Amino acid sequence: MGKMIKEENKIFKNLYNNLGWELKDSIKRGDWKDTKKIISKGRDWIINEIKISELRGRGGAGFSTGLKWSFAPKKTYDRPHYLVINADESEPGTCKDRDILRFEPQKLIEGCLIAGYAVNANKCYIYIRGEYYKEGQRLQSAIDQAYERNLIGKNAAGSGWDFDIFIHYGAGAYICGEETALLESIEGNKGQPRLKPPFPALVGLYGCPTIVNNVETVAVVPTILRRGGKWFSSIGKPKNTGTKIFCISGNVNSPCNVEEEMGIPLKTLIEEYAGGVIGGWENLQAVIPGGSSMPLLPKKICDTITMDFDSLIKNKSGLGTAGIIVINKDQDIIKCMARIARFYKHESCGQCTPCREGSGWMWRILNRAEKGDATRSDINLLADVTKQIEGHTICAFGEGSAWPVQGLLRHFRKEIDKRCSDDPLIKKKSSNPYLVDQHLLEK
Amino acid sequence: MSIKKIHTDQPKEFCFNDENKILAKEILKKYPKENKKSAVMPYLYLAQKQNDNWIPLAAMKYIAKELSMPYIRVYEVATFYSMYNLAPVGKYFVQVCTTSPCMLRGANQIVDSCKKKISELENEISKNGNCSWVEVECLGACVNAPMMQINSDYYEDLNSESANKIIDSLLQDKPLKPGSYRGRLNSSPENNKTIYSGKND
Repeated sequence: MGKMIKEENKIFKNLYNNLGWELKDSIKRGDWKDTKKIISKGRDWIINEIKISELRGRGGAGFSTGLKWSFAPKKTYDRPHYLVINADESEPGTCKDRDILRFEPQKLIEGCLIAGYAVNANKCYIYIRGEYYKEGQRLQSAIDQAYERNLIGKNAAGSGWDFDIFIHYGAGAYICGEETALLESIEGNKGQPRLKPPFPALVGLYGCPTIVNNVETVAVVPTILRRGGKWFSSIGKPKNTGTKIFCISGNVNSPCNVEEEMGIPLKTLIEEYAGGVIGGWENLQAVIPGGSSMPLLPKKICDTITMDFDSLIKNKSGLGTAGIIVINKDQDIIKCMARIARFYKHESCGQCTPCREGSGWMWRILNRAEKGDATRSDINLLADVTKQIEGHTICAFGEGSAWPVQGLLRHFRKEIDKRCSDDPLIKKKSSNPYLVDQHLLEK
Repeated sequence: MSIKKIHTDQPKEFCFNDENKILAKEILKKYPKENKKSAVMPYLYLAQKQNDNWIPLAAMKYIAKELSMPYIRVYEVATFYSMYNLAPVGKYFVQVCTTSPCMLRGANQIVDSCKKKISELENEISKNGNCSWVEVECLGACVNAPMMQINSDYYEDLNSESANKIIDSLLQDKPLKPGSYRGRLNSSPENNKTIYSGKND
């Protein structure tokens, strides 16, 4: 059923480490082949080829990579340029970059060199989340191996371009996956996002032009340039091209990471790779298609939806990081979303009031709804809170925390209403002002 | 934003040992000379490692001096990020992921094992003094859920039984190996011939 990716079109051949991660193994798989020749074709050619491939960023927002690179100033003036790789993979449901760091590090390193050259950067920082300490060590050994062979460093890979890569570890803050928070974190500050504009492409790390890319985005670049932008754009759907690593977790028989074509039906992914939903397809309740920030989809939509940016947006969700969380009917959907709300409450950086306070409100109301202690007016209030957060914060965390709750209300309002009684908790007239914590008061 | 308590019993002085002084110099080389401040996070990690996995206030003062930045800026960073421990933790520091993907696959059983075997409360050191546990948010190994991190190692594909075994091994000071506890290859789908058939081409 469904279409399946051709083996030859897979970019990450060592996703499960059955072929070895070391430099010698990855050279056998074709990494670092003709890197010098690719770079000798020049910046404009590289950026144009990436534009032809229609590669969209794999970190969640899906912005055109070629376009992003073209925002970097064409020449270096008085300030150096930087390339920063976002390996702060913290979106619940997502664990694709971890496998690239562990098992395909040379793809990332080669991609960094090419991307660095394309945006005039001689220095690259890879920001890895602190919990991925072992993965960071693995990447460091891979970087050391590349230095030994002079693939990076002075006159990297014989290209005439000097290029250094450094690893910077985060320390357990989800928000540092936001690009400006990440830059703040490298600069030695709390990871609180900056107001944009100015965008990092002009004023980024240390006030210098900086391009921030996700691990997967950069790791696919060398293969695209070797095989041609047209090859990449011939896979998948128009405007949603290429291959993508999907992470399938939750209530499936065999959760896994898998590389597939963009636009593959969700059902194929779950049934063919993840061994099906526990209890069968009919037992499916909902799917979160792109990491916890994306609104969930009920079974009816899951039957037919394809996994690409545009079809998911049409269904009021998004591809995000392609972290698919499957929830079957044995689970309490409200409890599940309340847990996600707790995540956002914990991870809000505290900079903007609507998000700092609102994420707590959403968690508390959902918690009560889970126990059946909320009233219907509370649920309306919850819907209102999500609207108050959305669009009123510096970064996209506000949307990320509000959208999953909106998704729940959109598709499972009936469930919630069934559980939550119509009567207000405090029946007697009380002198207490209205509190979101009213369940703490005497019943 | 993490809510953390500063330990009440603080050492008066702190200084990097000789080994860490060398490492600290190496770290500074990564960043532009005029941006020494960037080294604050790696320095805090060094201090944490040197001081039995927690950071005393004296270490923050020391780092502030080393990097010529105000003490409050270091304090701010140390309290913002959840991986810096500001109070003692066990020699084996168990972090159990309980975010939705792990929750869906029974992370609560792992939490129960911790409660039963290590201590009833989070951040409380076990009776024999070498273990403590805490619930954390997504650790980024969702397809290997439920999972826990012990110091820097990931223990994956757990259930109540394997979690109990692992915790017992910690309490006896003979930790079991990290990795998948269902014996699968990293994040690959189990029992799937479609994937494995073409693996060596």
